[in-house]
Amino acid sequence: MRTVAGLERPRAGRIALGEEIWCDTERRIHLSPERRRVGYLPQDYGLFPHLDVAANVRFAGKRDRPDLLERLRIAHLAGARPRQLSGGERQRVALARALAREPRVLLLDEPFGALDAVTRRQVRDELADLLTTLRLPTLLVTHAFDDAIVLAERIAVIDRGHLDQLARPRELLRNPATAMVAELTGANVLEGTATPCPTGSTVRLTGGGELISSTPASGPVKIVVQPWELHPADPDSSTVTDEVIKVRHDHGRLVIRLTRFTIQIDLDDNGRHAISEGQPLGLRAEPANVRVLRPQAGNDYDQVS
Amino acid sequence: MSAAARSGDAGSQKPQWMTAAWRVALAVGATLVIVMVMAFLMLPIVALITYQPLHDLVDGFGSSVVTDAILVSLKTNGIAFAIMIVLGTPFAYILARRQFFGRTVVITLVEVPLVMPPAVAGLGLLVAFGRFGLLGHTLTALGIDLAFTQAAVVLAILFVASPFYLRGATAAFEAVDPTLIDVAGTLGAGPVRRLLRVAIPLASGGIGAAAAVAFARGIGEFGATILFAGSFQGVTQTLPLAVYSLFDANLDQAIAIGVLLIIVSAAILLASKLLIRSWTSSISTSSYLDEGSSFVQP
Repeated sequence: MRTVAGLERPRAGRIALGEEIWCDTERRIHLSPERRRVGYLPQDYGLFPHLDVAANVRFAGKRDRPDLLERLRIAHLAGARPRQLSGGERQRVALARALAREPRVLLLDEPFGALDAVTRRQVRDELADLLTTLRLPTLLVTHAFDDAIVLAERIAVIDRGHLDQLARPRELLRNPATAMVAELTGANVLEGTATPCPTGSTVRLTGGGELISSTPASGPVKIVVQPWELHPADPDSSTVTDEVIKVRHDHGRLVIRLTRFTIQIDLDDNGRHAISEGQPLGLRAEPANVRVLRPQAGNDYDQVS
Repeated sequence: MSAAARSGDAGSQKPQWMTAAWRVALAVGATLVIVMVMAFLMLPIVALITYQPLHDLVDGFGSSVVTDAILVSLKTNGIAFAIMIVLGTPFAYILARRQFFGRTVVITLVEVPLVMPPAVAGLGLLVAFGRFGLLGHTLTALGIDLAFTQAAVVLAILFVASPFYLRGATAAFEAVDPTLIDVAGTLGAGPVRRLLRVAIPLASGGIGAAAAVAFARGIGEFGATILFAGSFQGVTQTLPLAVYSLFDANLDQAIAIGVLLIIVSAAILLASKLLIRSWTSSISTSSYLDEGSSFVQP
């Protein structure tokens, strides 16, 4: 984030916005931050404490922007100091200030990190609306996948400096490229050993049980199944069983945490269910949904392409 | 609970009255020490202020020696102070913000004048800038004669006082959240605007306090001045130098100057304390410091 803003120099690399090259280590180009038109919001928003809200917003454009204050619903706070504002308000002031710069790209660094859980969701939804209306290229860094899903058109998953996958949220859910991506999306990731079979492969899970995948594979693998792709079944007639640890409601669905798996099922019309803690549950899934990841050099699991 | 367990000593059998007596002795001893230290520090000041009635004190300011000294002090300190602020502030900012090769060395060197005896500092200035000194020939060739002039006073003050300012200002700039200055850059502010509009306002209290300390040191400067600039009334004789030259012949006037300098020093000290206090509260973004907030959303 800081590198894109021009605050750090990369050892090697290239940063360009359209035709404009901002940084190119090979050609020794490095534009200073003030010459890139970025709207940068650091994690704590970086509001100037010695200036009031209106003066903060004025900083970039050197003139008052009542329109921005209106748009972000902070006009009534124009004379307040940053320390008097709540987390959500500070974020809006920081956004207004960044927009006053008329940036060509918006950089949001963990925009919800400084917020408490209650404000977080509301602020996130408002930000999602704002970003849609702004139509500005926006780079957002977050470690919370559900924030990314709500806000992003495309998500880049970076693990230990390595780009694992760059795709639309739906694609990450459907076809995670690595085990890390799968875990990020909340999928079940389990180790096992695969043996080819006529319809694909049979994966013997390390903790016991078997699942059938439509992907042919053999040897040590990791399988990926999304919680809603697993269905409870009679333990005696299932190829894999697990024990229920906790059952909880989540937005009209039931999230069941078992020893090795987490599954999601819809509730019946009465909102009742027959699952109890400590109960053994059989699980089944469509073979097409049992994705197989093969180990790669360096211990990373990557998908069969 | 047995008596032994209560007193906390396993083996010894100290009677309770001895422990109490020991505590009283400690309290009395502590009070005595405090009183003695305070008396030692305050007595000279009180003695000076109460030496003569106010009327005589004010009369002492009428003499030409005193008024000349006031003018010289004002002028030389004013100029030195201005140079120190204008050149020293950007220097302190760069020192605080940038990591460059040899930074630690520079910081240490800047503080050297602090530990030099003032007389030695004066000697050093003489040897460097005097007519027969290191730069002497160059300066004479340019027609500049520095030693024993008013300019020499300014240089002496600068030499001994600016390390105080640089040290304090650098620390003040370092205390500013670097992210704020970074953000200012992304908002389009160049280095000058970042310094003037963000760094200095945010570091203002610390800078002010550092300036106050440096100013106080400059006003009181004696050793380097007398060696490098000499003590010529109306030209290089600052207030401290006048005290020295007067106290044989006219103790009353010397004391009058002394009282004046005490008042000035006290005012500077008070100002620097107030500056620091208002600074720390004004640059904080934490909400707990602001109680009566009317803007916070429910």
